[in-house]
Amino acid sequence: MSETTTPVSEFAFSMKGISKTFGSVAANEEIDFEVRKGEIHALLGENGSGKSTLMNILSGIYQPDSGTVFVGGERKVFHSPKDSIQCGIGMVYQHFMLAEPLTAAENISVSTGGFFVHHKKESAAIRAFSEKYGMEIDPDKLTNQLSVSEKQTVEILKVLYRGARILVLDEPTAVLTPQEIRALFRVLRKMRDGGCSIVFISHKLNEVMELCDRVTVLRKGRSIETCDIKDIDAYELVEKMVGRKVDLSINRPIPKEDCKECLRIESLSLRDPDGYVKVNAASFTLNHGEILGVAGLAGSGQKELCEAIAGIAPVESGRIIFEGNDIAGKSPREIIRMGVSMSFIPEDRLGMGLVASMDITENILLKDYSFQPGVFLKTAPVREKAERIVKELEISTPGVHHPVRKLSGGNIQKVILGREIHLSPKLLITAYAVRGLDINSSYTIYNLLNEQKMKDVAILYIGEDLDVLLELCDRIMVLCAGEVTGIVDARSTTKEEIGQMMSGTRYEELKGGVDYVSNH
Amino acid sequence: MFQITKRDELPTWQGVLIRIGSILAGVLLASFIIAILGFDPVKTFAALIGGSFGSSSALINTVTIAIPLAITALGLAIAFRMKFWNIGGEGQIIMGCVFATFVSHNMPASTPGVVLILLMGVAGFLGGAIWALIPGLFRVYLRTNETLFTLMMNYIALCIVQYLHFVLWRDPAAKGFPKIKAIQEQAHLPMLFGVHIGFIVAIVLGVLVFLLIRKTKLGFEIRVVGESAPTANYAGINVRQVMLTGVILSGGIVGLAGMVKLAGAVYTLSPSITGNAGFTAIVIAWLSNLSAPIMLVVSVLIAALEQGSQVIQIKLNVPSAVAAVIQGLILMSALGGEFFLRYRIVRRKREQSKSQKGDA
Repeated sequence: MSETTTPVSEFAFSMKGISKTFGSVAANEEIDFEVRKGEIHALLGENGSGKSTLMNILSGIYQPDSGTVFVGGERKVFHSPKDSIQCGIGMVYQHFMLAEPLTAAENISVSTGGFFVHHKKESAAIRAFSEKYGMEIDPDKLTNQLSVSEKQTVEILKVLYRGARILVLDEPTAVLTPQEIRALFRVLRKMRDGGCSIVFISHKLNEVMELCDRVTVLRKGRSIETCDIKDIDAYELVEKMVGRKVDLSINRPIPKEDCKECLRIESLSLRDPDGYVKVNAASFTLNHGEILGVAGLAGSGQKELCEAIAGIAPVESGRIIFEGNDIAGKSPREIIRMGVSMSFIPEDRLGMGLVASMDITENILLKDYSFQPGVFLKTAPVREKAERIVKELEISTPGVHHPVRKLSGGNIQKVILGREIHLSPKLLITAYAVRGLDINSSYTIYNLLNEQKMKDVAILYIGEDLDVLLELCDRIMVLCAGEVTGIVDARSTTKEEIGQMMSGTRYEELKGGVDYVSNH
Repeated sequence: MFQITKRDELPTWQGVLIRIGSILAGVLLASFIIAILGFDPVKTFAALIGGSFGSSSALINTVTIAIPLAITALGLAIAFRMKFWNIGGEGQIIMGCVFATFVSHNMPASTPGVVLILLMGVAGFLGGAIWALIPGLFRVYLRTNETLFTLMMNYIALCIVQYLHFVLWRDPAAKGFPKIKAIQEQAHLPMLFGVHIGFIVAIVLGVLVFLLIRKTKLGFEIRVVGESAPTANYAGINVRQVMLTGVILSGGIVGLAGMVKLAGAVYTLSPSITGNAGFTAIVIAWLSNLSAPIMLVVSVLIAALEQGSQVIQIKLNVPSAVAAVIQGLILMSALGGEFFLRYRIVRRKREQSKSQKGDA
């Protein structure tokens, strides 16, 4: 193949006129996507804009209905991911695909083929290889002992080591601290300078502006724009993604002065069903009319903390005091019976919180039916409530008898939020309230939360986007490995400070360190 | 090149058409095989339909077969709603019959029929309920796999009834022939339109199960638990309690199916009393999408297939194996049709010609 004249192309790969439909939904329509050699190319678009479909076509998981993929100027048809890998295309997914009991080196070399494994040789080769790109990794460490960012490094190495020259990174920064993100960017730039092409998928615009050379925006399955990053700003990008101008500021009301304490957590500890400590001696308070943000890497105990307060996860020790009553260890129904009005919007809305196949009315009934007398279910009064929620929150649905599974992510979130707010809770716990939502819906949710705050509701907001946490919350509590590393004023703290606490530095140490420097 | 893609949800009439179409496809396939074996497909199917619906006696036979199938399916469907895979219908039917027989054998002959029948009904329900509750408790408290557990309970029940049949309850009056004494005569279910009143029981249960699932708080809880146990827990539903209640209802109704068959049709407990109803009912429940009214109809159709194939064996000398093949093919096609309700097969466009046009 190399003897024949390979067409010279400035593009590492190009996808032309890609279309793909699922049922009656056109996920990709005539998309053109071209990435040059030696560039970092951002692929932007809201959820459902067709990014994943396009990348699944590039990686050979899906076959396009029509359209062509060229790699290095040559037309390619990928029948399976194997074909795509052979063309030097490598995917790094958000969910790591590593064999936990193996070492890093074994995970990396497993993808290179060959029958025998030479442990020492491989491990040395991988060490040398990773140093070339400025990545730090101990190849002999077991994968289950690696941190999240190390696992990601292994994923990237795995792909590079088998010779990939085109890398697709799907939301790589979602699981990293600000410091780790900076290190990742250094590595990516080095790879680019070495001639690799990188597709960077992210919804954090500031990262895209900082890292990428060019950008392609998708909207509703079509490619809207491809241009150099230096020719465009974040506001224009959002406009292209959403299709109209969006106000990107959150209006944060000042909490009232005389707010009473709503929730007090005293040295709360709990373990998951496998016996691992998930929350360790956490203590904090939450006032009425306040939004307390919770920052932390994924899996730092946020989910377990919320579930413990809501009575779903068992508490090992400690107290959860709601307006003077200890509710630790009580079941959700017992908590309701005690007259505690608390609403919890869990992380996985369809897995916990809503019943996917049931309609909006029945899902709203879920929190109401137990108050109904008798054995029979009364849906009529709830239907009116459902109609009101649909109207107030502008949920786009053919009707209140439409199964929630068929609604979009934003509308699903509005259904559960509407249901919980309509119970007029005193405490509202939201876990990743805007995950998977488009920009517009996200801002609707922020406004709704602020409205609740002004109604004296105490809000515990588990977030993942630090910029939003800083803009929305009154105080921010940082969790690291189940421990509270600090609680700071959101108006005066910085991203760096939070980042350091996310990776385990305690607030006192942080401040102590500063004092130490200033004293000398 | 062909490709399988998921399809959007179909309008009801299209779904019905696909279902009818797939049954017809099964009939065609079966005809083909009948023809190869040297029988006349048209005659065979005419005899099959005539033998199951063609005369009042045929119809009575069909309905009699359908009754235990329908009641069993109604019971199993409650468990299936909770994603509790109750494969133990056979065992629960047997235990229902064992309990009912025990009551009949131990009540004085002077007991009025109505009282005896009601008591046997309660006993039948209890028998099935206990047999389902055992795996239910293990599932709820120890997270064992209920599919295997309920299945194994079938064989235990079968062994118990064999022991009763050959040893413990063996009727000395049967002169060495292993047989359990028949239930008391006043315990036989009364007849209406030539069929025992079990069909009324089935219809009433159909309505009750429908109301339970759709209109009661318990039914709502059962549906939520089945869809997502974490959501149920989140909403304050006591998942264990709901699941055990559902399992008791499920097993109990299946046990009742056994009692109805015993008191309505066969009158004597024997190891073959289930006639495979516990398994056939699983197919019925799923073919009906767990909907109570549809289960009643589907039960009659499946019963017709069984009754009809007995008739063609007698009338046309079609071997029983062939009759079984006909039944199997039609059922298989009906189930296979479900695939086309969810997926469709599309031809891939010729991408080459299209992209070349695009380049030019």
